[in-house]
Amino acid sequence: MKVTFPHMGNQYVGTKVLLEEVGLDVIVPVDCSKETLNIGTKYSPESICLPLKINIGNFVESINEGANTIVMIGSCGPCRFGYYSILQNEILKEMGHEDVEIILLDAPQGNFKGLLDSIYKLTKTKNPYKIINALVKATRVLYQIDDLEDLMYYKRPRQKNIGEADLYYDELHKKIRGVRGYREVSRLIKETKEKILRIEEDPGREVLRVGLIGEIYTILEPSVNVYIEKKLGEMGVEIEKSLRLSHWITEHLFLNPLNITMDSKIRKEAKPYLKTMIGGHARETIGYGIHYAKRGFDGLIQVYPFTCMPEIVAQSIMPQVEKEYDIPYLCLIVDEMTGEAGFNTRLEAFVDLLGKRKEMKVS
Amino acid sequence: MKNCYLGIDVGSVSTNVVLMDDNNNIMGKVYTKTQGKPIDAIQRGMKEIKTAIKEEIKVKGVGTTGSGRQLAAMIVGADVVKNEITAHGIAALNFVDGVRTILEIGGQDSKIILLKNNVISDFAMNTVCAAGTGSFLDRQASRLDIAIQDFGKMALLSKNPVRIAGRCAVFAESDMIHKQQLGHNQEDIIKGLCDALVRNFLNNLGKGKEIVGPIVFQGGVAANVGIKQSFEEALGQEVLVPPHHDVMGAIGCCLLAREHAAKGHLTEFKGFDIINSGYNVKGIECQDCANLCEVIEIVQDGQIMARWGDKCGKWNSLVKKKEKLA
Ligand code: SF4
Repeated sequence: MKVTFPHMGNQYVGTKVLLEEVGLDVIVPVDCSKETLNIGTKYSPESICLPLKINIGNFVESINEGANTIVMIGSCGPCRFGYYSILQNEILKEMGHEDVEIILLDAPQGNFKGLLDSIYKLTKTKNPYKIINALVKATRVLYQIDDLEDLMYYKRPRQKNIGEADLYYDELHKKIRGVRGYREVSRLIKETKEKILRIEEDPGREVLRVGLIGEIYTILEPSVNVYIEKKLGEMGVEIEKSLRLSHWITEHLFLNPLNITMDSKIRKEAKPYLKTMIGGHARETIGYGIHYAKRGFDGLIQVYPFTCMPEIVAQSIMPQVEKEYDIPYLCLIVDEMTGEAGFNTRLEAFVDLLGKRKEMKVS
Repeated sequence: MKNCYLGIDVGSVSTNVVLMDDNNNIMGKVYTKTQGKPIDAIQRGMKEIKTAIKEEIKVKGVGTTGSGRQLAAMIVGADVVKNEITAHGIAALNFVDGVRTILEIGGQDSKIILLKNNVISDFAMNTVCAAGTGSFLDRQASRLDIAIQDFGKMALLSKNPVRIAGRCAVFAESDMIHKQQLGHNQEDIIKGLCDALVRNFLNNLGKGKEIVGPIVFQGGVAANVGIKQSFEEALGQEVLVPPHHDVMGAIGCCLLAREHAAKGHLTEFKGFDIINSGYNVKGIECQDCANLCEVIEIVQDGQIMARWGDKCGKWNSLVKKKEKLA
């Protein structure tokens, strides 16, 4: 059995470790590229949101490399992600990949049993210690990689030689593919972190702070948000993301049952504007927007895939937040037609605007 | 010898070149179609400017903008490279001090820029819909068999404008054909189209934004008196159109370049000779990793000048290293 899974930013590091630690053969899909999207666009319904198209591309590229099993996470929300796995199953069948098995890991709503059952099926062992051990290690590695990403957010706008931090960072991702298991991956991350920490900074840089909000997939996967974090970083902007995977796991696996989550705080922030769950991360988008504004960020950028329903709702609310909290807000919508030039223009103009505002406040 | 500044705006539809003197007078301006060949357009524009100017000039600074700004900067040697929004904002401020709203409609793009205390405070650009842009109007004009220059004037003659669905270009077009078949006269249809375009613009870009005067209307479409009037009716305010409304991006670049030079920076300008150089642009697909980046290579007279488009920086830095060696 050769297992693969769809990409979503750095998630692959954790998933790879998880599957390898339970003893599976893993095929990490090649990095999302234009070709990935081309394949996905060709075989998916046109009006479906972008992440599904990329997923399909990932699957096909991995199948071509020999994968015969796909692990997917499910969802219970009312947005279209809820039926991704079903639709993807159909699409793959139609393409003639009947022999490829899809195993669905449903987000555990406070109970681990369903999740464990799927994992049993996948690993064909019933040894819970092995599985829990692997889960713990995967979570740990996710924290490490997210931690490294934070460092990247910090370094990019401050590094003396623009682009240096990303050299090490890209190298890390190349190396991770070549090693196996928690120990090796974790060691690589640590090494890279040390290198990046040592990068020389330019103390004279004016750094702006921007909160990145929006749909989780587009925030996390750099190939679909047109490398926004790198671009912003190199324009002198430090970012913070409203959603991250390590955080998501802690919330959903450990804290949610105890009801002490950060999310509930964020939801409270969003409440005056949006009272109920409408699927996706609309409440988080609004809530974090407010959270960042209160913390004195210079601006907010929302990114979401074209036709994403919850985010459209959030977008229509954001101008109110923008006004009430006096924080500039920019919305970027991506799909397979996204032109990089227009994207860059908007980002650059927005950063210009933030810079001028800050200047005026200071003087 | 007169000091002056060069501004170049390379858009997907048109390329504009403006030469401005120290007193902000426009000494020359060229508006030419890009037609998918930005380098030709830049060379053509520079050449026309050069031949039109008879005095001795000294270029003290160069600015570029538009979607082809990087390319243009590389070729002419620019000192300032700026996005269209900032460039347009600066140009409008120079035209009306204290301007609060800029409506800009070009060939492919339209935007709205809001200012407060002479600083850009908000902006929006059209994302998916083309019903609010110049090329849409061009197409409808040719469908009605009317020269685009006469289009606006005809709208002013309308007594009974028809209402045309303007939510998106596809609807607008089919609705217009429908109204034509119903037998409405041309003036009324054209006026309806102008209204629809303005409605689309304000709904798409102006949503939730407070539109305060003074309002400046610029971009190629600002020449269209029909659209101007529709804006004035919809907003209930006077809308000002600057004399060089079609090249405001390039003018903004001149102003930015002037500011840059005033700070004591010497120009990188490569001179007008570049119009005689032969340029080649090659697209190569890098096979080194799954990104399969389309790397663009600019070759001037057989020598590689620049490369970009790679995600990893490998090709980019190749050139940089060479520069250092030389
Ligand atoms: S240029 Fe770099 S990122 Fe792009 S395909 Fe080549 S190796 Fe990959």
